[in-house]
Amino acid sequence: MSSVTGASAVDHTPNPHGESPLGGDRASTGRLGDRVFGGAATGAGLLVIAIVTLIAVFLLSQAIPSLARDNASFLTSTEWTVAGGNPRFGIANLLWTTVASSIIAMLIAVPLGVGVALFITQYAPRWLSRTAASLVDLLAAVPSIVYGLWGAFVFGPHITGVQSAISSVLGWIPFFSNDTGKVDSSGTIFFIGIVLSIMILPIVTALSREVFAQTPATHKEAALALGATRWEMIRTAVLPFGRPGVISASMLGLGRALGETVAVAIILSTLANGTAWSFSVFNGGETFASKIANNAGEFDSPQKTGAFIAAGLVLFVLTFIVNAIARIVIERRKAFTE
Amino acid sequence: MTTIETTLDAAPRGATPAGFQGRSSGRAIRNQIARIVMWAAFFVAMLPLVWILGSVLVKGGQLLLQSQWWTYSQRGITARHVGGGAVHAIQGTLIEALATAVIAVPIGILTAIYLVEYGRGPLARAVSFMVDILTGVPSIVAALFIYAVWVTTFGFQRVGFAVCLALVLLMIPVVVRSTEEMLKLVPNELREASYALGVPKWKTVVKIVLPTAFSGIVTGILLGLARIMGETAPLLILGPYTKNIATDLFGGLMPTLPTMINIDRQQALQPAVDRVWAASLTLILLILVLNLAGRIVARTGKVRG
Repeated sequence: MSSVTGASAVDHTPNPHGESPLGGDRASTGRLGDRVFGGAATGAGLLVIAIVTLIAVFLLSQAIPSLARDNASFLTSTEWTVAGGNPRFGIANLLWTTVASSIIAMLIAVPLGVGVALFITQYAPRWLSRTAASLVDLLAAVPSIVYGLWGAFVFGPHITGVQSAISSVLGWIPFFSNDTGKVDSSGTIFFIGIVLSIMILPIVTALSREVFAQTPATHKEAALALGATRWEMIRTAVLPFGRPGVISASMLGLGRALGETVAVAIILSTLANGTAWSFSVFNGGETFASKIANNAGEFDSPQKTGAFIAAGLVLFVLTFIVNAIARIVIERRKAFTE
Repeated sequence: MTTIETTLDAAPRGATPAGFQGRSSGRAIRNQIARIVMWAAFFVAMLPLVWILGSVLVKGGQLLLQSQWWTYSQRGITARHVGGGAVHAIQGTLIEALATAVIAVPIGILTAIYLVEYGRGPLARAVSFMVDILTGVPSIVAALFIYAVWVTTFGFQRVGFAVCLALVLLMIPVVVRSTEEMLKLVPNELREASYALGVPKWKTVVKIVLPTAFSGIVTGILLGLARIMGETAPLLILGPYTKNIATDLFGGLMPTLPTMINIDRQQALQPAVDRVWAASLTLILLILVLNLAGRIVARTGKVRG
């Protein structure tokens, strides 16, 4: 079962019976029905490849004309004027906001998700463990627009105190400075990072949980037999075994955080064009996704649309890289465990 | 699974066997701290869940108890007025989900069949890789892609069907992955027995493998539907909202719950605010029902080995 199949959760374990699936077309009779059905299945597979390729091709082809007319540096400019005869737009602001909010989300969600996964697989009494897992999965069933509403109207008002506390203690670090004066607002990169962390928590937890549960019993028994406490057993047997799974889980969560749209669009306050640059996370801004969503009504000329599609293309490339890394980590782990 | 749990239960927990020195207090303390931290992590994770569901229930629950919420649209009702229902949006959400499923499910299942039953070598690896990439494509990028094809290239209007196409992109990988896992669970003996009786491969797949994995596939479809029904980004770009009941996917506007929430949330007037939360609750309930149905199907009909 080498690397033929995908990075689905089932692939984390080698087939328990050590069987390999029945080999491909050797079982086919070559009759019409077989050829049609096999052809349809192959066609569907090819269609998936075609879709992903087309996404890249279409985004690229519609972005290039606008990029060619862009009078500012697309990668380093912080301006965003897409209409008129002198379009000047760049993604520096969008990239910073997207990456900063996603990193904050990761800093919270990964340790918390690993903790919850360890709780479910190692600590929870058996009656609680399955319920706990479904409860965490429930977080994934909440639509992102509801996260946005909840964040903006319910959770948001409570976060400003935390923000000013952090800023007054750690304000000397540029990331936490209040040079933007937005500490009292809940529309900050910091706060959307927290909301994003809740949104990706079920992803991180679910995948980590699966790998932790697959730790070979012999590893754990060996650690316990040597006198390890439960925590030492987890540190020496469960965590090392699950590390690649945790890494790829984090990457999948990161991919989701980078592309999250509506919650960000609702919560994060936008900045006026030309606002001074700040490294502070207590600042508004727009991510790639929220920029596109906020301006969905403005897709009226090819030049404008192209500029937003260019931003979408960068987002696509970012998530592509992150997901590819997740995939590679899983593949390498499979090579070791088999 | 059972072996793991029994060994853990049998492991010495605090008792020190006679003749051995107790473990040093530092290690015991660290062990206790770890235990507390893990329990705390779980409760911290539960906090937002309870908070979100609680506040949506409190703020939106009341409207759902009125019968007109389920029978009327928002036709002619402004943000200033109380009343009206969400039936137009519920209907739109369900229609779009259904149309998406009709397209995405066959493609997804066939792709999974290809990956498990037919695909070998570099092509299968490429398909599998692309499914992973598709899993990670943000919904807004899927929407932009459909916009680039549907509106910019072909010059069509922004209609419900375009939204469906974007949702198809998001649903395919979910269906592929879950179906694939289920197909892999079907024991090979079943396939071999079928081949031994001279049944051709395609008939084996259709009559033996798929029925065996049926409940798992249904679960995957329901979970996929649950995922796409909450998506808002494609609707913002491709699916303008209307307050009226609309059923035509190919012409005119198509109201859905997420767009209803999105339009009304820009209002500060109380009747609109109430409707926002009620619509949120309705959407969550719809998704929960699908999720629950998926889980029940999964539990009642596991693949028998």
